[in-house]
Amino acid sequence: MRLIARRIVLYLLTAIVAITVNFFIPRLMPGNPVEVAIGHIEGQVTPATIHALDLQYGLNTKLSLIGQYFHYLDQLVHGNLGISFSSYPATVTSVIRSALPWTLGLVGLATILSFVAGTLLGIVAAWRRGSWLDNLLPAMTFFQAAPYFFVAILIVAVFATKLGWFPQNSGYDTTTLNPGLNWPFLSSLLDHAVLPALTIVVGSIAGWIIGMRNMMLTTMDEDYVLIAAAKGLSNRKVIGYAARNAILPSVSGFSLAIGFVVSGSLLTEIVFSYPGLGYILLQAIGSEDYPLLQGIFLIITFTVLAANLIADFTYSFLDPRTRQEA
Amino acid sequence: MITVTGEPLLEVRGLCVDYGSGDSAVHAVVGADLTLHGGEVFGLAGESGSGKSTLAYSIARLLRMPGVITGGEVVFRDAERSVNLLDADVQQLRELRWNQIAVVLQSAMNALNPVMQIGTQLTDVLQAHRPDLDRAARRDRAGELLDMVGIPRGRLSAYPHELSGGMRQRVMIAMALALEPRLLIMDEPTTALDVVTQREILEELMDLRERLGFAVLFITHDLSLLIEIADTIAVMYAGRLVESAAAGQLYRAPRHPYSYGLLNSFPSLHGPREAMIGIAGSPPDLRQLPDGCVFHPRCKYVMERCKHESPPLVSPATVSPGAPPRLVSCWLHDGAPETSTPAELAVPDDLAMAGAAAAPAVASPTTGSAS
Amino acid sequence: MSAITGTGPLIVEPIEPIIPSGRRRTRMLQLPKSAKIRVGLALALFFTLLAILGPYLAPFDPNASLTTTTGIPQAPSIHHLLGTTQVQQDVLSQLLAGGRSTILVALIAGIVATALAVLFGVAAGYYGGWLDDLLSMLANIFLVLPALPLLIVIFGFLSKSAAPNDLLIGLVISITGWAFGARVLRAQTLSMRNRDYVTSARIIGERGWRIMMFEILPNLVPIVATSFLFTVIYGVGAYTALSFLGVISVSHWSWGTMLYWAQSAQAAQQVHVEWWWFLPPGLAVGLFGTALALLNFGIDEFINPRLRAAGLSRRALRRAGLPSRVQLGLTPVIRTRAQAERRSA
Repeated sequence: MRLIARRIVLYLLTAIVAITVNFFIPRLMPGNPVEVAIGHIEGQVTPATIHALDLQYGLNTKLSLIGQYFHYLDQLVHGNLGISFSSYPATVTSVIRSALPWTLGLVGLATILSFVAGTLLGIVAAWRRGSWLDNLLPAMTFFQAAPYFFVAILIVAVFATKLGWFPQNSGYDTTTLNPGLNWPFLSSLLDHAVLPALTIVVGSIAGWIIGMRNMMLTTMDEDYVLIAAAKGLSNRKVIGYAARNAILPSVSGFSLAIGFVVSGSLLTEIVFSYPGLGYILLQAIGSEDYPLLQGIFLIITFTVLAANLIADFTYSFLDPRTRQEA
Repeated sequence: MITVTGEPLLEVRGLCVDYGSGDSAVHAVVGADLTLHGGEVFGLAGESGSGKSTLAYSIARLLRMPGVITGGEVVFRDAERSVNLLDADVQQLRELRWNQIAVVLQSAMNALNPVMQIGTQLTDVLQAHRPDLDRAARRDRAGELLDMVGIPRGRLSAYPHELSGGMRQRVMIAMALALEPRLLIMDEPTTALDVVTQREILEELMDLRERLGFAVLFITHDLSLLIEIADTIAVMYAGRLVESAAAGQLYRAPRHPYSYGLLNSFPSLHGPREAMIGIAGSPPDLRQLPDGCVFHPRCKYVMERCKHESPPLVSPATVSPGAPPRLVSCWLHDGAPETSTPAELAVPDDLAMAGAAAAPAVASPTTGSAS
Repeated sequence: MSAITGTGPLIVEPIEPIIPSGRRRTRMLQLPKSAKIRVGLALALFFTLLAILGPYLAPFDPNASLTTTTGIPQAPSIHHLLGTTQVQQDVLSQLLAGGRSTILVALIAGIVATALAVLFGVAAGYYGGWLDDLLSMLANIFLVLPALPLLIVIFGFLSKSAAPNDLLIGLVISITGWAFGARVLRAQTLSMRNRDYVTSARIIGERGWRIMMFEILPNLVPIVATSFLFTVIYGVGAYTALSFLGVISVSHWSWGTMLYWAQSAQAAQQVHVEWWWFLPPGLAVGLFGTALALLNFGIDEFINPRLRAAGLSRRALRRAGLPSRVQLGLTPVIRTRAQAERRSA
């Protein structure tokens, strides 16, 4: 469990760094863009809101930097990320709360799907080296290297616009349906999620395939795999012997990948006008909604750290060597 | 003392192994002949790159890419069958391997799967070959196997990293003996271990052999070790067997200059102080072998003939009557009148045998027959 | 080594490798033969030329609205080889002009991030102690911190206060891109720190930085190269994504900006898909990244020979009459005629 403890310390530190960086970025920028942005909304919002924003960004205040920092931390602890400019008078927290489930559902499912399918294909590619899968590797590399949103645009153009198999945008049929636990809504939900999920899978699967294939090739050179074959175990068991070990770097590499996948998913959501964090992120950029922008940054960071912790628990479950007390 | 039954168990004839193919192929083993008898400990000695491990892996058809067997035969015989492993298909190999021929590799750390309990690794071989055993019976048998090599049953649920190097190698031996095979191929099984552990494991192995009666093909660079435990020793050089003889004969009356050099390369702990002779030069590059006898550039007895003609592995011309058969690949022993065999390479066999009788550690051997 | 420990006096050699030595030489010879490296190099060269010459080759001003027709993009024609945008700008000219900024930013990000990675990674691995703890911690934090959202926040503020400038953009991206390389280089340096030649250099009193520069760094070249290629790919991706989001000025031409405009005009959602608008910049980004990734695979196979078909290509196998798929634990047997003759002789 030492591994887990060490990782938790790392994630706490990372969270502190993210929170602190988030505090300083607007204060370090030349030309004070926040003041300009607040100027734009002055008159449309209550003076109390302006005062709260001034306090949040350290404008027109006598509070020292340290004082401002502790005020910021205090607000954060109470879940107060400020008021959203673009969705006034909604708070940043409420805007994010309505978008977060969409992103978590989409990214979570697509990532698990991509990881499982990619790992299995990687195993097959290594075991039958030289098969058709190897010839697909360059094409998969292209989709890995191409930006997610470009893959999204291609998929929209082909499967939604040209073929009309799936809807082009949004999370469900907003014109006729209301969210609820009923079949028409759920099927619409699924229908709208297929293409964004496909984008995320196409964009990320090559990494899992190639990583797993290469690790399998390395692992299959190990003596214990040869012994497994010599013992007369079935091919499936021999592959299992190698795969149980080869998957470990994939799981520990998950923490590296998850940041990329989440970032890519945000962009995918934009192309599909999917009502998740990516969509409100675009909105925040377009309307200089700095509190929302910063709120999204923090939430994504915390989500990624949580996903990392899950990956760490999985790793320590899979590798007995990390479990020993020492 | 059981041991050698006299019945040939494994016959290797003209085995050739290449790495790679075509013109760039490296001939790692060339025309190897050897015969193992039931219950015999057969030692295969040679330095790095001599092809001894390649030979061992090839016999079991376990050599990896780019290794390719290019010729010869490997016949496994017992009361029921006679199978050429080189013609066997996957199914036949699956029946033969581990049931009759098991292997123990050099590093037990690498030979045990690090993320699986050793109990699982012991029982899965039973599951594959003994479908009649249920889960509990397999577990029981695995515990028995651990007992047999001196590890408490409780360690069945241990992971490899929780065991010491010696214990891991014992687990590997237990695993190899799970189906009571007739032949154990061991590739440097004790090289990675410290001396005390090495000694313990070897003693245990010899005890087990007496109880279970399996034969051992023991591959090592450590010739002294072989002299202690082996019945028969074969020496490899540059992919070729250069000499094979009963252990005592090889030790006291080597015939090949290379064997002689090896035996005199290191100071003896016992016996009188002698000058170390050693072998000049270094092992040849397998891709650029010399013409004639592969050893001739390093041989101090080199003759003109050695540079052009490769000597066959045959019985030396001067075999004392009644001595067990032995083989050597050297022109010094062709028996031609103009060849003068140096005295150190012509120690009479009966002298060697007399020495062997005085040293009971060396069992009475039977050697591979001349073909 | 029982010779030292004293089991017995007659030791030939400690450990015998299964594969005969001499593989290194063939490895050196095989390097330029790798199709991956050749294709990767050719593509990378092409894109470098594009970055240098692109703006001069552009037939039109990428900003200029060329005709005064309706706001409908025109499909490719003889006048506009890649068609036009909604406001009748020439797509080909935008592609050629935008390539320079895209590749320049990626290269700057790659160079700076790799320099940081070498500096931090080698120093951490070589000196160890508190410096290692500190730098490793920093690298780990940057590895788990999601980079794109951080960049979005930085540029969200920065682009309002400073004009877009390729050097600045590249520098900011590099801040989020050094950690991976640093971690790999640290591990490698650590394994090299106690090798004999490093120890002997230390004993004869070489300075730390000289040992790192001349004894350690030359051995890290393949890893530095992969780390550089990796960060350039990362730089292209990050810059394109930021431009696509419009968080960097949308009038500063890059392939990402082109995609931003195509997406704002819903080029993929129109009944007649305006493919000529989004396909060229997207393909360009993808191909540039693929080129670098192929080079990276080539180097990986060079470092880790197990990834290559261990000496025998599939074609060579087939030529030798072997099954192209060799099963583990079933060494192939091919009796060649020469062997058969040798046996009968």
